[in-house]
Amino acid sequence: MGTRECGSPIAMSRPSVGEAGLTGDWRNSRPVMDAAKCLAAKSGKVTCQLCWAYCPDACITQGAGPAIDLTYCKGCGICAEECPAGAIAMVPEAEHGTCEIDAAAEVAR
Amino acid sequence: MPTKILDLPVTERVLSGNRACAGCGIGIGLRAITKALDGRMVMTVPASCLTVLGGMYPISSVDVPWVNVAFPSTAAAASGLAAGLRAMGKADEMTVLAMAGDGGTGDIGIQALSGAAERNDDFIYLCYDNEAYMNTGTQRSGLTPAGARTTTTWSGKRENPKDMPRIMEAHGIPYVASTSAVYPTDVYDKVAKARTIHGLRYVHMNVPCPSGWGFDPKDTVRLGKMAVDAGLVVLYEVEDGVFRLTGRSAALAKSGKRTPVADYIATQGRFRGMPDGSVDEVQAWVDARWDGYVRRDTAGR
Amino acid sequence: MSTGTTEVMTGNEAAAAAVKLARVQVVAAYPITPQSPVVEQLSAWVESGELPAEFVTVESEHSALTVCITASTVGARVFTATSANGLAYMTEQVWWAAGARLPIVMCIANRAMAAPWNVLNDQQDSMSVRDAGWVQLYCRDNQEILDTTLQAYRIAERLNVPVMVCYDGFLLSHTVMPVSVPSVGDADAFLPKRPEPLQIVDVNDPRNIGPVVIADPRADASGQSCHGYMEIRALHQQALLAALEVVPEVDAEYAAVVGRGWGGLTWEYLLEDAELVLVAAGSLGTQATVAVETLRAQGVQAGVLGIRCYRPFPAAALRERLVGRKGVLVFDKALSYGYEGPICADLRAALSGEPDAPTVWGAVCGLGGRDVSPDHLVDAARRALADGHAGTRHRPTDWINLRLDG
Repeated sequence: MGTRECGSPIAMSRPSVGEAGLTGDWRNSRPVMDAAKCLAAKSGKVTCQLCWAYCPDACITQGAGPAIDLTYCKGCGICAEECPAGAIAMVPEAEHGTCEIDAAAEVAR
Repeated sequence: MPTKILDLPVTERVLSGNRACAGCGIGIGLRAITKALDGRMVMTVPASCLTVLGGMYPISSVDVPWVNVAFPSTAAAASGLAAGLRAMGKADEMTVLAMAGDGGTGDIGIQALSGAAERNDDFIYLCYDNEAYMNTGTQRSGLTPAGARTTTTWSGKRENPKDMPRIMEAHGIPYVASTSAVYPTDVYDKVAKARTIHGLRYVHMNVPCPSGWGFDPKDTVRLGKMAVDAGLVVLYEVEDGVFRLTGRSAALAKSGKRTPVADYIATQGRFRGMPDGSVDEVQAWVDARWDGYVRRDTAGR
Repeated sequence: MSTGTTEVMTGNEAAAAAVKLARVQVVAAYPITPQSPVVEQLSAWVESGELPAEFVTVESEHSALTVCITASTVGARVFTATSANGLAYMTEQVWWAAGARLPIVMCIANRAMAAPWNVLNDQQDSMSVRDAGWVQLYCRDNQEILDTTLQAYRIAERLNVPVMVCYDGFLLSHTVMPVSVPSVGDADAFLPKRPEPLQIVDVNDPRNIGPVVIADPRADASGQSCHGYMEIRALHQQALLAALEVVPEVDAEYAAVVGRGWGGLTWEYLLEDAELVLVAAGSLGTQATVAVETLRAQGVQAGVLGIRCYRPFPAAALRERLVGRKGVLVFDKALSYGYEGPICADLRAALSGEPDAPTVWGAVCGLGGRDVSPDHLVDAARRALADGHAGTRHRPTDWINLRLDG
């Protein structure tokens, strides 16, 4: 299949997640949320959401207990640092053994 | 009333899995910017870190129209977009947003920006200021702070940075604002306000850079806030000549509890080995500037 | 064909008249001699409402072409003009406009490059950006400037490549001649509205235009393999080479509507039986027509082959017209410093390996406005003929009317 089939003589990208691949692979440590401490999870309401607001990669979904998308989370740790309740811990990936991204995403949710 | 975190729209136009470094502050700021413009925008971007975040052909990491342009030409590119959209009867469909880094704005791009500002062309120019040429490997720019080690100032930059918002104010444009990416609601409010104004609107957004400044990516927000607390970065806006401190800077003016510059400097590798005397000079420079901002806030102009 | 008017105008005014007829929507203007009167005229028409266009008074040539680039990206028909150092200053964007495949038309009032300062004519400015991927057309007189500028939009928009319309500074830009201006109806019939651009700027279909493109093809999110940098450049080259067909086609279409054509890629005068051919681009070609008349009166079977389209280079057309002649003398108003005139070098390459190729002589003339008279061209032709008789195969470029040594 030649590139002519892409249909345009110019470089014009379309939006998609994962332009840089599964950036979860970049991670040294993963954010692990403790629902018992998370202000939103404890109240059962969409409150606080600072982790959502500060995530540079839009990897966190708002919720009563925000969900972190470990497929793309680069592990910067800003969410853990900024969580006012200390509900997110950055756990070294090595402690999880091999990083299985799909399974990890499930765990986070 | 300032927008609260929970009031920010949830629709995301900065997509996950992009090519920005872990902890890059641009993503935080750009998420707020695209929310404030509700995606009804076209952005034009020169060669910069943002180009990297935007992604390589054929995939885009940002879900809004985007036109890449050459390094010196960001503001002129925005002028052309605004003129072209007007000519095509599409000016009401989208806000034109020029977005360049500190080097792209204050150094190589300042001529085109000054020209566009003098003409008061109809777009928002947003400078994301990570305080050096980060995309090319941390070379000093005209906006690099004094004392910072870069790959072209190995023993620390000697000069204070250019005051871009003040330079832009001198053009008499309708809106000038200074903000920080680590205060997304402040960014949001300023861009949302700018959206309602016509003419050239200039927003200067400080963006902490983990790799270029030498700190752990987890500290992006914390250090960005420290810069504001120290009065190095000041949140304010000048709307039709009326000056106003905003958010955290307004609170600091009230409380008078600015933190020492030395505390901020101690957090980053780029300032390692900076002589005490130089830190004192920066403190004096910050103090004098801060007094000026507070005076202007009191006077309202 | 409806009645136009005939007016006495300068080359710059002829260019401006064409821009108005083309219903250009965005004009970017920055002054430089000798181009400035083009945008001065357009400014007056925009202010009076005769030309309903956005007029952006930029702060530099770099920004002038930038404004054209992005306004063209959103679909507007755009125009700017420049000369010499202005063109050099915007060179980065000259490349960008071409690589981005934007149908921009830019007039170049050809002027000498500094240093030292000189505002007068040669063609060093546009020749120096011949490699950037634009179509380059050179005009002989003011009528051709008007007609070619209109044709340039058609060519540009058919191929999605930018077009430079080059005309000699002062010699044409500031010299008045009678020019027949097509009627608005004819112009509209020849040049319809700009087709939809290749670029998509739509909030409902967001695209990232002109991002980083890596060397190799890369798959999009659906798995479709998309161009690497080299594929995009190959397609650009294909479009530019297609201009070898499109430039003459458009000239013929123009002739069909307006009743006047210019020959497409090249033009000729007394060429049919010519043994010695004088080659030149721009107004110098007109001088050459006078020179060959003199040469013929002196018994030399001379003719003129004029270059109208320099990029893409009409190599096949030139071979077809020149193989079998005895000699070709190329007059360049520019130089690839350290080598020879650009047209001369290109022509040698085009004829290389042809068994019956003529001897090609190179001459450089008119730099910085140095006077070139038909007599100078005749003398140069005589020197070339003498060298030919003497069996000289290689000689240094002949500098015409140079007075270094008395």
